[in-house]
Amino acid sequence: MKYRSVFDIIGPVMIGPSSSHTAGAARIGRVARSLFGREPKWANISLYGSFAKTYKGHGTDVAIIGGLLDFDTDDERIINAIDIAKERGIKLRFIEEEAVTDHPNTARVIIGDDKGELELVGISIGGGKIEITELNGFELKLSGNHPAILVVHNDRFGAIASVSNVLAKYEINIGHMEVARKEKGKLALMTIEVDQNIENKILQELEELPNILKVTKIVD
Amino acid sequence: MFRNVAELVELAVSKNKKISEIMIEQEMNVTGRSREEVLAFMDRNLRVMEEAVERGIKGVKSHSGLTGGDAVLLQKYIEKGNFLSGKTILDAVSKAVATNEVNAAMGTICATPTAGSAGVVPGTLFAVREKLNPTREQMVEFLFTAGAFGFVVANNASISGAAGGCQAEVGSASGMAAAAIVEMAGGTPEQCAEAMAITLKNMLGLVCDPVAGLVEVPCVKRNAMGAANAMVAADMALAGITSRIPCDEVIDAMYKIGQSMPTALKETAQGGLAATPTGRELEAKIFGIPRV
Repeated sequence: MKYRSVFDIIGPVMIGPSSSHTAGAARIGRVARSLFGREPKWANISLYGSFAKTYKGHGTDVAIIGGLLDFDTDDERIINAIDIAKERGIKLRFIEEEAVTDHPNTARVIIGDDKGELELVGISIGGGKIEITELNGFELKLSGNHPAILVVHNDRFGAIASVSNVLAKYEINIGHMEVARKEKGKLALMTIEVDQNIENKILQELEELPNILKVTKIVD
Repeated sequence: MFRNVAELVELAVSKNKKISEIMIEQEMNVTGRSREEVLAFMDRNLRVMEEAVERGIKGVKSHSGLTGGDAVLLQKYIEKGNFLSGKTILDAVSKAVATNEVNAAMGTICATPTAGSAGVVPGTLFAVREKLNPTREQMVEFLFTAGAFGFVVANNASISGAAGGCQAEVGSASGMAAAAIVEMAGGTPEQCAEAMAITLKNMLGLVCDPVAGLVEVPCVKRNAMGAANAMVAADMALAGITSRIPCDEVIDAMYKIGQSMPTALKETAQGGLAATPTGRELEAKIFGIPRV
């Protein structure tokens, strides 16, 4: 079931005018920001389907940038997010894509600075609810509704077991988990949704495990 | 966890509980939150809705200038007293319009189930309040009942205009409101489901064709009629009228209609009212783009 909470239906509290094209868009931007871990210096945003056709009317562009600035759906600064981003020297580019995607409300967000880059594809499925379907070339399915950790690792036996052992040691329950890889034996990505927030020292412990390359978390 | 309306009604009847109570208990189970936390969270949403209605009936104007001020006109008209339909229904319409006018003006609202359809549930709730004098708790319960039906629609069909057209947004909101009104008025869980079915049947096929891609025209007035539809369907269900097609099958029909609806009529501003000469003219004026 895609929707699990009554507050997916009665909610979110948000700045108008569209839950999918404004609130959902802000959430996609905010997940990108959270995964990037800092304010980006530039952002290239590709909009597909209904997003591409109606983003000006719905404030989708403003909302995604609001999310990149770490604003929540009910933060009134969203209205002026593009101006705020420009004042902070963030370079913005919007691309209206013609390609047909699986979901009509799709955005590809590529952000970066001199230290790194992040590419993410998000879809806004209705009522403000979103899913992240791609991250840095890995396919995944992340609701953004629960705290989650993303683990980039080498595709080797034991890597998954070692991560879940550490989580078990700290009594952290896994609600949803999936693994994606680009090629057998190369880079892989674990997406783990958990029930509670994870402390940084646990992330550090995970990062020190063999074959684990990078661990990031998304806070609820 | 209930998966459809039949299971939801069956749970409520077998446990001799209201639909709102079934939704509250499920929320506690799914999220691990306490009853107090769940109720407090909904109370906050109720407060946001109340503030949006209050702001809207005082009068707001959207940035584009396309919408705003209609809630005020209707409130003044009601005060004069020589209306034709009825006070509660017009009050519901006015308050639904108020909420969506605030939404169009990029104000703060609570999506129910979406922002474009955010007027229907609060509009009917605050109008029915004048008639039934509910407690604050009962008003919070109203939102859980509405949420329970919306939950079923979202999981079995869609609540997105881009995926299912306006029937999925205002149609769903209207059905949710009708069911919640019935419960607040003392109807049975079965009658809640009948009200939802009757409402949604009359919203089937409704397309999403926003002028200039803005959540304004025709969204504000669709919320108005969504509220009116919910009020009448609730009265019909309370009168004992039932839907020949069960609620779950109506929801399924809505889903299938949404799938076969052309993309031009699903929130792309390419068809319907958006593609009328006036719709195109307004779009050009607002965004300064020349149109052929």
